[in-house]
Amino acid sequence: MSTIDYSEKIPNNVNLSEDRRLQRALEKWQPAFLGWWDQMGPESSSNHEVFLRTAIDVSAKGWAHFDMVKMPDYRWGIFLADKEKDRKIGFGNHMGQDVWQEVPGEYRSELRRLIVTQGDTEPASVEQQRYLGLSCPSNYDLRSLFQVNVEEGRHLWAMVYLLHAYFGRDGREEAEEMLLRHSGDVDKPRILEAFNVPTEDWLSFFMFTFFQDRDGKFQLTSLAESGFDPLSRSCRFMLTEEAHHMFVGESGVGRVVERSAQLSAEHDTLEVGRHGGIPLAMIQKWINFHFSICLDLFGQEKSTNAANFYSMGLKGRYNENKIEDDHLLNNDGFLVPDLQNGKVIMSEISALTAINERLRNDYRDDCQKGVDRWNRIIEKANVDFKLTLPHIAFNRNIGTFQDNDFDLEGNLISAEEFAANKDTWMPNSKDREFVKSLMQRVVEPGKMAGWIAPPSRGIQGKDIEYEYVILQ
Amino acid sequence: MIDFQTTPETYSHWRLEIDGPVATLIMDVNETEGIAEGYELKLNSYDLGVDIELYDATQRLRFEHPEVKTVILTSGKDRVFCAGANISMLGSSSHGHKVNFCKFTNETRNGIEDASVFSDQRYICLVNGTAAGGGYELALAADYIMLIDDGASTVSLPEVPLLAVLPGTGGLTRVVDKRHVRKDRADFFCTLAEGIKGKRALEWKLVDELVPRSKLLETAQERALEFAKNSARPSDGVGIKLRPLKREIVGNEINYKTLSVDLDREHALAEITILAPSEAPPSNLEGIHELGDAFWHLALARELDDLILHLRTNEPEISTWGFKATGSADFIEAGDKLLLEYAEDWLIKEITLFLKRTLKRLDVSSRSLLSFIEPGSCFTGTILEIVLSSDRSYMLDGSFEGSNVPPAKLRITGMNLGPLPMCNGLTRIETRHLNDKQAVELIESVKGRDLEAEEADELGLITFIPDDIDWEDEVRLAIEERASYSTDALTGMEASLRFVGPETLETKIFGRLSAWQNWIFQRPNAVGEEGALNLFGTGKQANFDKKRV
Repeated sequence: MSTIDYSEKIPNNVNLSEDRRLQRALEKWQPAFLGWWDQMGPESSSNHEVFLRTAIDVSAKGWAHFDMVKMPDYRWGIFLADKEKDRKIGFGNHMGQDVWQEVPGEYRSELRRLIVTQGDTEPASVEQQRYLGLSCPSNYDLRSLFQVNVEEGRHLWAMVYLLHAYFGRDGREEAEEMLLRHSGDVDKPRILEAFNVPTEDWLSFFMFTFFQDRDGKFQLTSLAESGFDPLSRSCRFMLTEEAHHMFVGESGVGRVVERSAQLSAEHDTLEVGRHGGIPLAMIQKWINFHFSICLDLFGQEKSTNAANFYSMGLKGRYNENKIEDDHLLNNDGFLVPDLQNGKVIMSEISALTAINERLRNDYRDDCQKGVDRWNRIIEKANVDFKLTLPHIAFNRNIGTFQDNDFDLEGNLISAEEFAANKDTWMPNSKDREFVKSLMQRVVEPGKMAGWIAPPSRGIQGKDIEYEYVILQ
Repeated sequence: MIDFQTTPETYSHWRLEIDGPVATLIMDVNETEGIAEGYELKLNSYDLGVDIELYDATQRLRFEHPEVKTVILTSGKDRVFCAGANISMLGSSSHGHKVNFCKFTNETRNGIEDASVFSDQRYICLVNGTAAGGGYELALAADYIMLIDDGASTVSLPEVPLLAVLPGTGGLTRVVDKRHVRKDRADFFCTLAEGIKGKRALEWKLVDELVPRSKLLETAQERALEFAKNSARPSDGVGIKLRPLKREIVGNEINYKTLSVDLDREHALAEITILAPSEAPPSNLEGIHELGDAFWHLALARELDDLILHLRTNEPEISTWGFKATGSADFIEAGDKLLLEYAEDWLIKEITLFLKRTLKRLDVSSRSLLSFIEPGSCFTGTILEIVLSSDRSYMLDGSFEGSNVPPAKLRITGMNLGPLPMCNGLTRIETRHLNDKQAVELIESVKGRDLEAEEADELGLITFIPDDIDWEDEVRLAIEERASYSTDALTGMEASLRFVGPETLETKIFGRLSAWQNWIFQRPNAVGEEGALNLFGTGKQANFDKKRV
C-alpha cells in the first residue's frame, strides 16, 4: 500500500490517489523531474525562499495559493479545467460529435506528437533561463523569473500527465525523453529551434516572455479547442498561468522602454547608453530578432500536418468558436504570402492547409497591440521614437521566405546586403555585450537596476518593497 | 524525354566526396529541381531525377574509384535524412510512371547491396535526421545503419497509416528478410506513423548503431575505415572513366556502338540488334584496363542498361522487345574468356557484375521478350543470356533459300554457367531446366561448341525452330499475336513464368511486394477521389472502403 498522500504531494484534480497506473508512472517520473530541476533549473536557487503562487484548484476564485516556498518543494500539480457539460467537437470531420474522453486509436500518434512538441518547450525555457537569476534587476523581478520557471515546470507536468495517463508505454518513454533533451545540447537538443538558444540577459527574458510565451498562448488556445477533452481542459488551465508570463513580458519590456524614454527626455538624446539606459533603437533590435524567430514557430505557410490536425479535430484555430464559418474548411480559401518575381504577394490556398498562417496572423496582430502600448509609453514621455514589428519576411528560417533575404520592410535584398545590415537590424555582439554589462544583480527589496523603471504595483497586494525572494 | 545519363558535375541533388578509401555520398535535394513540374522536393524527398543521380553515383564509385572501399550515405540537411519518395509527385503521377519509378529505385537499391556483397564496396548509412518511408528504405539498402541519437530523430515506414500504400521500395521485405526484425515488431513498426527512435530502434534491429549528435561524422568515419580494412578492393587501383554514351535517336531509330534499334510502332515492337565487336579483344588484362569503357563487354552493359531504361520510361507503348545479334561469335567468346580468366581483377569483376545487373534489369522489365536467331547471328555466352531470358525464342533451322550464309548457331561459354545469375539465385540455364540436373549438365558439356538449331532444340535452349519456308510467317504471327493481347495480362503472365524456382529477397521485392503495391496503387482507398494518397497534402481525411478483398 502506498503511504504517499498524493493530494498533498502533487495537488491535483484528476483523482490521482485512486489511479494506480498513473501513480506508478508519476512515482518513477517525479524523482527524475526533481533531478532535472536540480541540474537544469535556476542556478544556485534551491535554498531561496520565494513568494510563489501555487495552483491548488481550478475555480475562478482562489485557484492559487501564495506563500514563501523553496522551489524544489514547490508542489507541481496536475489540474484540468472543469469539464464542460456535453461538450462537442467544434470543427473538422467529427464536428458535432461528443468530445473524446479517451484517445481515439486512429489519432493516437498525431495526438502524442502534438503533446510532445508542446511539452518539450516547457522545460526548454527553464533551461534557457537558468542563469538569469544571477543578474536580476530587482528582487521583484527575480521572483517573477522564478514564478515563470516553476509554472513552466508545472506545464511540463501537465503534458507529462497526459502522456502517462493516456499513451501507455510510449507515453512514459516520451515523458522520460522530455527530461533527456536539453536546450542547446549538441547531442539531444530541444525539438524547436527557438528553444535552443540561451536567454542571456533580462531584456531577452522580457522579450522571450512577450514573444515566445505568446506563441505558447496561441498554441495552447488552439489546443484548448481539441476534441480530445483532457488535452483541451489541460490547456485551458495552463492558459490562466500563461497570462501571467505574458504580463511579465509586456510589463517588463514596457518598464525598460519607460526608463529609456525617461532618460532620453531627461538628457535630450536617444543615445542613453552612457546614462545607463538601453537605447530605444537597441530595444528595436531585440524586437526584430525575437519576433522573427517566433514567427518560425508557427511552421510552414502551407502545412499538411496542420490541416490533418484540424480535420481530425485535434487542434483548432485561435478562438475557433468565435469564427463564423462551417468549421470544416473543405471549400474555403485563405491568402498566404508568396514570393513572385522578387515581390511578396498574397496568393490563395486551401484554408485547411493554411491553418498555420492564420494562427501566425492572429499572433502578429496580438503582438502589435503590445507594441502599440509600449509606443504610448514613449509618447507620454514626449520622445520622438516609434517601435515597430519587422515585416513577416524578415529573418525567417522556415517557410516561403526561408531561402531569401529581406529588409525590415519586406523588400527582397541580396544575401550580401543582408549580411552587411544584419548587425544594424538585430543585436550584434557589441550590443549584447553592452546590455550584459548593465545586468548587475540587484536583489535588495525595493531597489531597481538603473536601466529599468519600477513596476506600477507589487504582487498579490504586497508593496514593491516587499522581500519576494529571501536569498539563502 | 527522360534521360538516365548524367555526370557528377551536373548533379542537382547529391555531392560525392572522396577521401582515400572512404567516399561520402551526401543527399542534399534541391527543392525546386524536380524532374517534372508541380511539386517541390521538400525535406530531402526524392523523385526519379534524384534517383537517376544516385544510380549514376553508385556506378561511378564502382568503376572510377576502385580505391573506395566504404561509402557513407548521409544527408546534407539538418535534422532530416530523407523523407522518402515525394508524395505530391506520386499523387500526380500516372500509374505507369509510379510503377516504373518504383522499379528503378528498387534496382538502384539492389545495386547498392550488390556492391556491398560482391564488390567489397560496403555502404554505411549515416541517418543524421528523420528517415521516413523511402528514406528509411534507402538506409535499409546499406550494409550498416547508424542512427543519430538525438532524442527526436526516428526511422519510420509510415506508408500504411499515412498514405494507404506500402513501403514498396523493399521496405517491408528488407525489414524482416534482411534485418530479421521480428514480424510482430515489424507489424507494429509499419503502422507507427512517427516511427521509432534511439534505444528501441537498436533493440529491434531497425538500426545497427546509435551515434551522439556531436560525433556523427567522426564515428561514421571510424566505422568506415574499420570496414575498409577487410575489403579486397585495391588501394592502388586506377579507375576507368565512364564517358558519356554515344547515343543517337533519329525518328524510329536508336543507335549505340553495340546496339541498333528499330521501333516498329505499328506492331508495338522494338527490334534490337546486338552488334558484336568488330575486332578481337585485347590479349591480356592490361589491355582491358587501357580500353576502359571502350571494352566491348562493358560498352554493351552500359548501352543495354541505358536502352532498357529509355524504352521502359519513354516508350511505354513499345510492348515487345525482339532481339537479334550480328557479327563475330568468336570475338564475343574471346571477351567472355577474359572475363572468366581474370575474374579476380577488380575491373573485370565490376564488368561481370554490371552485366549481371543489366540482365536482371531485362528480366524484370514488363515487356514481352522475344529472340530471333538467324543465319549470321552470334548469340554466344554473355549475349546468349538474352535468348535464355526471353519469353520465347525462334531459331531458323538451316539457311534461307538462295543464301550462302551458313546456318544460325548458338554457343555456350563459361559465362552461361555461373557468373550471371538471375535474381532467384540460379543461372538462366538452371532456371530453364529447373531441378533437371541432367539437362543442365548436358548443356554444360557442349560448352564452346557451335550449336545448330536441331541440337539447340534438343538441349532445350530455344522454343521453336521453323525452317525457311515457315520462318517469316511464324515470326510475323508471334509478333502480331503478342501485340493483340492485354498488356496487363502479359506483364502478369510473363513475370509469373520468368521467376521459377526459389524465392530470394529480390524476387520477393519484385514479385510479392511490387505486385501488392501496384494493386494498391490502383485501388480507390489509395488513389480514389477520397483515397489517402490522392488527398495527401490537402488536409482532408481519406474515406476508406472497409471491405476486405
